[in-house]
Amino acid sequence: MTHSVRILLKSPKFLIGAIATLLMLALVVIYPLVNKSDPFEMKALAFQPPGSGLPLGSDNFGRDLFLELVYGIRTSVAVGLIAGLCATAIGLIIGLASGYVGGWIDNVLTAVTNMFIVIPSFIILILVSVSVNSRSSLVVALIIGLTSWPWTARAVRAQTVSLRNRDHVNLAKISGHSTPRIIAFEILPYIASYVVMAFILQVASGILAEASISMLGLGPYNTISLGIMMNWALVFEAPVSGAWWAFIPAAFAIAVITFSLYMMNTGMDEIFNPKIRS
Amino acid sequence: MNAYTKYFVKKSGWYLATLLVALVLNFLLPRLIEGNPVSTIASQVSQGMTDSDSIKKVYENFMKEFGIDKPLIVQFGIYLKHLFMGDLGTSFGLYPRKVSDILASAVPWTVGLQLPAILVGWILGNVLGAVAAYRKGLFDKVLFPAALFINSIPFFTLAIMMLYLFGITLKWFPISGGYDFQMAPHFSLEFIGSVIRHHTLPFLSIVLVTIGGQAIGMREMSIYELNADYVLYSKLLGIRDSRVARYVFKNAMLPQITGLALSLGTMVGGSLICEIVFSYPGIGTWLFTAIRQLDYPLISGCTLLIALTVLLANFTIEMIYGIVDPRIKAAQMEEN
Repeated sequence: MTHSVRILLKSPKFLIGAIATLLMLALVVIYPLVNKSDPFEMKALAFQPPGSGLPLGSDNFGRDLFLELVYGIRTSVAVGLIAGLCATAIGLIIGLASGYVGGWIDNVLTAVTNMFIVIPSFIILILVSVSVNSRSSLVVALIIGLTSWPWTARAVRAQTVSLRNRDHVNLAKISGHSTPRIIAFEILPYIASYVVMAFILQVASGILAEASISMLGLGPYNTISLGIMMNWALVFEAPVSGAWWAFIPAAFAIAVITFSLYMMNTGMDEIFNPKIRS
Repeated sequence: MNAYTKYFVKKSGWYLATLLVALVLNFLLPRLIEGNPVSTIASQVSQGMTDSDSIKKVYENFMKEFGIDKPLIVQFGIYLKHLFMGDLGTSFGLYPRKVSDILASAVPWTVGLQLPAILVGWILGNVLGAVAAYRKGLFDKVLFPAALFINSIPFFTLAIMMLYLFGITLKWFPISGGYDFQMAPHFSLEFIGSVIRHHTLPFLSIVLVTIGGQAIGMREMSIYELNADYVLYSKLLGIRDSRVARYVFKNAMLPQITGLALSLGTMVGGSLICEIVFSYPGIGTWLFTAIRQLDYPLISGCTLLIALTVLLANFTIEMIYGIVDPRIKAAQMEEN
């Protein structure tokens, strides 16, 4: 474990991604401790350009956009993490079950996975969000997690199938170890690096999914996320008013977060799959 | 051809089952809204109507459409029957317009925008990715991070940035709509010019994002293939580089076709949001309006249409793929 971490720290791509993510997280954790005002508080006229008191100007309600941005990143990252955790866990369980157990369970689970890969998850996301009346950010995160597991399930299944008949697994079987034990000690360690990478990608796509769905006006209530900020900017016609500060920083924040997560993933990919190292 | 027929029948069966699941989801989820959806909805629609007769008419109309008093399975039957007759119900927000009429007016815009944009983005992305993998060096060092960055920008973010930069600040392109609002759609050079000018920005923003994702995928596939043993062997045999490159890219290309099929759903979803940013008169913009007005029939009409299109496109790609890819052909033969 410490060995893999040491190798990882030598990859510039992983380092850039990790440092950018950590800096961003530090900002959104520390800034609210320094500036304790309520992000929903109106402080100025609508669409004031960035100036001394307001580092990123004000939005359509006259609220401090920088403070909103900080809280927005916090919500978006939290939603992404919960969604990613949920999606990875479901994908891992389904993938392991169908890959290791095999038989009719494999057939059923593979069929379900293939179906949900083809039906756009974006559509299911819209349909579920429309039907759920009170959406907290936790509910939105869970909905995203519940609709985005199929990719992970498919990949985990493929890897498990290739591991299932290796000698060390057969040895464990002959020694009379129980199935959960074999999965935990003989299978999981071999796919651990893949699962971590899948988790990072799921977090990034969770953040993007939250942004898209909030942009449509189906985001969580009573909170600020990056997607909700974009939705406000669009609904209140910030682009036409020339108020670039109402949407460019939020858009840029989404891009930077997902970019740094992708960078981490690519860095890890190059380390754990030596074949694509060029 | 026998093996292929078998493949065709098997795949068709799976797609029919998937279609059924999509239909059930589309039917069931909006009906999970708590309470009697008809009264909730009818009270919203009839807000501001004073004539009790017309309120009653609205209520009865939706009651009949939903068949709310019957058991769920009968409701599903009614839903399927209406669907086969091309009847998607009546819009709440634009009562009494039919959902199918609204969608029919939006489809040409969406297809005209997305189909060329996704295809152009896919082709350009694959060419760039392949060249980056092959050339390596500076080209790769510049292209790869740039593609990665563009790929991590959500569709709508890029769209909104382009809208601000080229539409509002530089005023090169119009910022909303599918054509100049004072024009009526008719067949003239002027009108076509207007449509093209409105088409440019949303088109470019979809193309750019698609290029990013595809270039990354193609680069990875090509590097993987370039490291394969057969490449080294062909080189040792003295086969010309350009010919080896052709083998490599043919092999790297095939997974990219499946990739296109599988990421189509995401791409279509992203492009729909692009439409919203540019107020392009397509399905995405209608979906946005419908969600703001809680217009359930229109929402489920849009989602159903998108799901169907993505399924159909996937099916077509898999069918073609079955003919093109020798590996799938071999698998078909083995099964026989």
